[in-house]
Amino acid sequence: MPKRTDIQSVLVIGSGPIVIGQAAEFDYSGTQACRVLKSEGLRVVLVNSNPATIMTDPEIADATYVEPITPEFVEKIIAKEQPDALLPTLGGQTALNTAISLHENGVLDKYGVELIGANVEAIHKGEDRDRFKEVVEEVRRKIGHGESARSYICHSMDDVLKGVEELGGYPVVVRPSFTMGGAGSGFAHDEDELRRIAGQGLTLSPTTEVLLEESILGWKEYELELMRDKNDNVVVVCSIENFDPMGVHTGDSITVAPAMTLTDREYQILRDIGIAVIREVGVDTGGCNIQFAVNPADGRVIVIEMNPRVSRSSALASKATGFPIAKIAAKLAVGYTLDEIPNDITQETPASFEPTLDYVVVKAPRFAFEKFPSADSTLTTTMKSVGEAMAIGRNFTEAFQKALRSLEKKGSQFTFVGETGDKDELLREAVRPTDGRINAVMQAIRAGATPEEVFEATKIDPWFVDQLFLIKEIADELSEAPELTAALIAEAKRHGFSDQQIAEIRGLREDVVREVRQALGVRPVYKTVDTCAAEFAARTPYFYSSYDEETEVAPREKPAVIILGSGPNRIGQGIEFDYSCVHASFALSDAGYETVMVNCNPETVSTDYDTSDRLYFEPLTLEDVLEIVHAEQQAGPVAGVVVQLGGQTPLGLSQALKDNGVPIVGTSPEAIHAAEDRGAFGRVLKEAGLPAPKHGTATTFAEAKAIADEIGYPVLVRPSYVLGGRGMEIVYDEARLESYIAESTEISPSRPVLVDRFLDDAIEIDVDALYDGEELYLGGVMEHIEEAGIHSGDSACALPPITLGGFDIKRLRASTEAIARGVGVRGLINIQFALSGDILYVLEANPRASRTVPFTSKATAVPLAKAAARISLGATIAELRAEGLLPANGDGGTLPMDAPISVKEAVMPWSRFRDIHGRGVDTVLGPEMRSTGEVMGIDSVFGTAYAKSQAGAYGPLPTKGRAFISVANRDKRSMIFPARELVAHGFELLATSGTAEVLKRNGINATVVRKQSEGTGPNGEKTIVQLIHDGEVDLIVNTPYGTGGRLDGYDIRTAAVARSVPCLTTVQALAAAVQGIDALGRGEVSVRSLQEHAEHLTAARD
Amino acid sequence: MTTSTRGAARVPAVLVLEDGRIFRGRAYGAVGETFGEAVFSTGMTGYQETLTDPSYHRQVVVMTAPHVGNTGVNDEDAESRRIWVSGYVVRDPARTPSNWRSRRSLDEELAAQGVVGISGIDTRALTRHLRERGAMRVGIFSGDAVRDDAALLARVQEAPQMKGADLSAEVATTEPYVVPAIGEKKFTVAAVDLGIKGMTPQRMAERGIEVHVLPATATVEDVYAVDPDGVFFSNGPGDPATADHPVSVMQGVLERGTPLFGICFGNQILGRALGFGTYKLKYGHRGINQPVQDRTTGKVEVTAHNHGFAVDAPLDQVSDTPFGRAEVSHVCLNDNVVEGLQLLDKPAFSVQYHPEAAAGPHDAAYLFDRFVSLMEGQRA
Repeated sequence: MPKRTDIQSVLVIGSGPIVIGQAAEFDYSGTQACRVLKSEGLRVVLVNSNPATIMTDPEIADATYVEPITPEFVEKIIAKEQPDALLPTLGGQTALNTAISLHENGVLDKYGVELIGANVEAIHKGEDRDRFKEVVEEVRRKIGHGESARSYICHSMDDVLKGVEELGGYPVVVRPSFTMGGAGSGFAHDEDELRRIAGQGLTLSPTTEVLLEESILGWKEYELELMRDKNDNVVVVCSIENFDPMGVHTGDSITVAPAMTLTDREYQILRDIGIAVIREVGVDTGGCNIQFAVNPADGRVIVIEMNPRVSRSSALASKATGFPIAKIAAKLAVGYTLDEIPNDITQETPASFEPTLDYVVVKAPRFAFEKFPSADSTLTTTMKSVGEAMAIGRNFTEAFQKALRSLEKKGSQFTFVGETGDKDELLREAVRPTDGRINAVMQAIRAGATPEEVFEATKIDPWFVDQLFLIKEIADELSEAPELTAALIAEAKRHGFSDQQIAEIRGLREDVVREVRQALGVRPVYKTVDTCAAEFAARTPYFYSSYDEETEVAPREKPAVIILGSGPNRIGQGIEFDYSCVHASFALSDAGYETVMVNCNPETVSTDYDTSDRLYFEPLTLEDVLEIVHAEQQAGPVAGVVVQLGGQTPLGLSQALKDNGVPIVGTSPEAIHAAEDRGAFGRVLKEAGLPAPKHGTATTFAEAKAIADEIGYPVLVRPSYVLGGRGMEIVYDEARLESYIAESTEISPSRPVLVDRFLDDAIEIDVDALYDGEELYLGGVMEHIEEAGIHSGDSACALPPITLGGFDIKRLRASTEAIARGVGVRGLINIQFALSGDILYVLEANPRASRTVPFTSKATAVPLAKAAARISLGATIAELRAEGLLPANGDGGTLPMDAPISVKEAVMPWSRFRDIHGRGVDTVLGPEMRSTGEVMGIDSVFGTAYAKSQAGAYGPLPTKGRAFISVANRDKRSMIFPARELVAHGFELLATSGTAEVLKRNGINATVVRKQSEGTGPNGEKTIVQLIHDGEVDLIVNTPYGTGGRLDGYDIRTAAVARSVPCLTTVQALAAAVQGIDALGRGEVSVRSLQEHAEHLTAARD
Repeated sequence: MTTSTRGAARVPAVLVLEDGRIFRGRAYGAVGETFGEAVFSTGMTGYQETLTDPSYHRQVVVMTAPHVGNTGVNDEDAESRRIWVSGYVVRDPARTPSNWRSRRSLDEELAAQGVVGISGIDTRALTRHLRERGAMRVGIFSGDAVRDDAALLARVQEAPQMKGADLSAEVATTEPYVVPAIGEKKFTVAAVDLGIKGMTPQRMAERGIEVHVLPATATVEDVYAVDPDGVFFSNGPGDPATADHPVSVMQGVLERGTPLFGICFGNQILGRALGFGTYKLKYGHRGINQPVQDRTTGKVEVTAHNHGFAVDAPLDQVSDTPFGRAEVSHVCLNDNVVEGLQLLDKPAFSVQYHPEAAAGPHDAAYLFDRFVSLMEGQRA
């Protein structure tokens, strides 16, 4: 049956900012869906507040709304666009929840919008724990298999305490209903833990509901990805087995596809249950994910949960199998059936089959606990990882070791040298699941642990444990062999050993091992991911390396450009870099090159086999990249390798690649060095006559003190050779400087600490620019809302700058050009400036695509990354202007007066983390970046744009109610005017005594509330923290004094996070918020698509 | 003579294809030499069922899934009394099996049953070779059996071809036996064993059928001696063009109009009984992920396959046969191969694939119900 003809336009909802549990995978799935719908001739309307996505590129949808994903804003879009249908299953829990709200408040009915790809009844049956339990019971009645964990539904703390008795005591699992990525769930081993976890769960759940469950810790965990069409055809796309047994969220587990330790009978039972569940739930068309626990002792199967939508796991399954779930889900939603859709990869067979793998896929999670030192690093049923890497190999050991090295984290690869430590101690350590437990397990094995002991400690399936022993035995062989023979190296390579690991074991240099290996003719071949284990010929060059016999890389004639991606998402290096890589691929393909993408992040658009002409799903290490370059050079001409778009990962490889004879295009490794090395960059600045803040380097407290004394406090201190502001801190006095030096483990004579003058009260400015050697194109100038000292990635910013004048822009342009020329940039450069007094200081320069490129591109309607890719390969800015890729006249520094204002706001993961006592972590911003994602608000005036950015990031700003204000002394002056404005808008002010006093002296009434430290008053007066918890505060302004340590505001800010009350931690943010509140209060806030904004801008430019 | 490779995991082994391509790896299972037709199977689970499926008699099976043996060997999942494959090719055999039902390792089981295998070769390269060149004869040699390549190739080229092989009698039971109905007995079925898998009578027994399994040599008289409500023809190895005896028995059943169901080889026999030809596929269908469309409902089922031959019948028209009108009921969507036949005027149908599904998905289990309703219809 062909597609439906009664639908002409579809609204697609994206997933908003990247947060833990909801990341780039929804850009991948949403982009696929939009493309499919568009190619079916439908008008696609898209809403997503996240500018760093491919899906919000203006050419992906017909009308793209970068607006907050809230029912209010989406209703405005529906009213304006009048779509026939809404597809809510491709934007994660955010999209699904928004669609349900719009259904329940009658908006969909009012505008005659049909939900497609899901029905509300099925969503409720799949997500409501009570009803899902009924589904599982019904399935058991019908097919005789599957059951739920014994459980108890609770709506109050009394229910919770009763529930534990019913289930027979601790431990129990607590799961809040309707939260994303398992937020708020955990194991309770006693009443204290229970009260804490369940209390928070009741708050987090939009239905004030938590589920208590019998503990199935240590059971085997599996997932199936299923698809169903309207004719009730069902296929299982992929099975996934968790290496880490039950107890660790699947997003935090090492996972393996296909399932490794099931007999066919057991697998078919899971399959039968899965199919019966999808039918019983009533998912009419589309994909779903079902999780199972299997008792290793007797095979008892418990159905844990289902997601009636495209999920993180379905993105992983799509990449693991070559079966594009989101794409097919979109086709099913508009009426096709599975047998009518061709399998892209074979082109001849239909999609109504189940992929079969002749390789093994391993996904490993990437954590960022180093950014949240106070957070508890124990892995639980709440997801804590910020990204993931996937690897493919011809066996488990190969894929597993590739996945570990893809994580690009010191110590993530197994090491086989040095002291192991005490076996029993290591085994005890391995009991607690953490980031890096796997390394403790390997050390325990080295220290003599038996397979039984490892299983006992970890409950990792004995087959996987044996694989770890296999890896260790190969390491022993490498270590004991008299010399490295071809056979020995080949054997090690077949089990995933990197040249670096072999070098470490043999006490050699990595490049020596590589030379020996290559001289012995031991090189990888590249196999194809083809969905069918070679039964049919594959048309899509989607490759992975293996040390096998036959390669499948075909010769080609066109020159290839190899684009290095950015690896696993992490804080500081996220989806923004993938965005730039994808753009490079599109632009270079248009320019006639054969594009070759290298990346190992399964969440991304770059690792969609549709994005580039060839895809290598490989780790981004020197070894792996060199082998790919070699393979492609064998296949045909290689024009060069692009390293400047994927962030620090590829940038860090550029010099070594060049040293190995690889042609690097764009900014040269020497130029990169000139920008990154402090001495070299200092010379560039000096030649250009540009000031940088005073600074010095020290290896001892005495040296640091001398520098600080000379340049004056506060100073910005940080270890050298770190990225993303790691360990960076603003130090206000000598005492803290002393303790900082004492505490820092990363400082040594060879790794000095950098001490910079901290520019208090400076305006920080980010500039993105293109330079071709002759001409500068100023991409955009962003003015930070927060003062200098807050990491630029965590800071909100506005483009065009809201308080800078033409003279400032002129200075910025001249400085940018001088630096770009001095460094030798060919492509993109990002420079951070600080304007303090009237002096424009240069803070740093990054000769690569920055985090802000997608934001700048969207705000100015100019594809900067595409232009950068072309410049890298020799095009000039003049040529690109003539071609139309860049505007014919002007640039991002000369935006017309009525250009829209775009505000970027960072999204922080605070609510995800607890310390070991179960308390929240502090929410204060600082020089170390901790945000996971961003949103963009765009409107004609700043206030509205800022309000939109807040609504997109944290929920709408309140327009009335009670505002609590407590600020540090240095902020008290600048707080007065915004506070007065709040009162003018009808807010009741609450304040702690000190702040209230200042307000009163300025004629502003504020009710004094008790500090947490003062405790409840004699007449039961609540403290501010209690008031927040009881929902009696609508807006919180709390600026910290200094940083670090246990501060007075800590409880206030963590309570704000727990209750989702907007919490502003800088006065600049308060001033912006007041403008936003003012804009909201003045009435109608409208929505406008990027296409409309662009049309307007283009017209104004001409 | 064959010996186990356990403890000597690095005994070299060589796989030689009749067109001269050679793969070198390590011995797996028994050490020695073996010959057969090289075929590949794409199932990711169910190696124990595959190995014991009599349809694989005289075939050397290449597993495309790299890890084999992970769940060991248990006492429940075998489809017949022994392993039938003549050789086994895997990439990464398990060292330690892990499953609560496992009784021994696959390596031990292969060695104990004298099955010569090879591990550690590029099974994907071999599969692609077979896909491009077609199934062909192969030999595996390990231990003392390894000689110079030319000598090994000559031995492979002397081995018998699959085309024209009549193998049912070699794998089928020699004595009749009865699989009792589970619960209340409703029907009696005579099942002609041409290489039957254990799960087939099991699936019938679950539906109240008492199954009388008869040797491949059974005559029409033997079939009707059990007073059957329905007659079943099983799967089995070899070239259907040689199966003249079962074809004539089936024609006898069709003449009497007894409800009839055939699976796999049984489908090819129905095809021949109706006057259609059969032919050898280039590399066959072997796996558990094949999309088959039931043309009566339009629905797609994911099915288990193991066939190297197929029926040559017109896809889009009803054919006249000596037993009335016949049509193709099921088609493989990958390549439009005939996957099922049914008579429109008599209660007889068959499928080329495996609704008993061991290993494989259970999507086609409804076919046993269809057989039951034919028998009910006949009674009414």
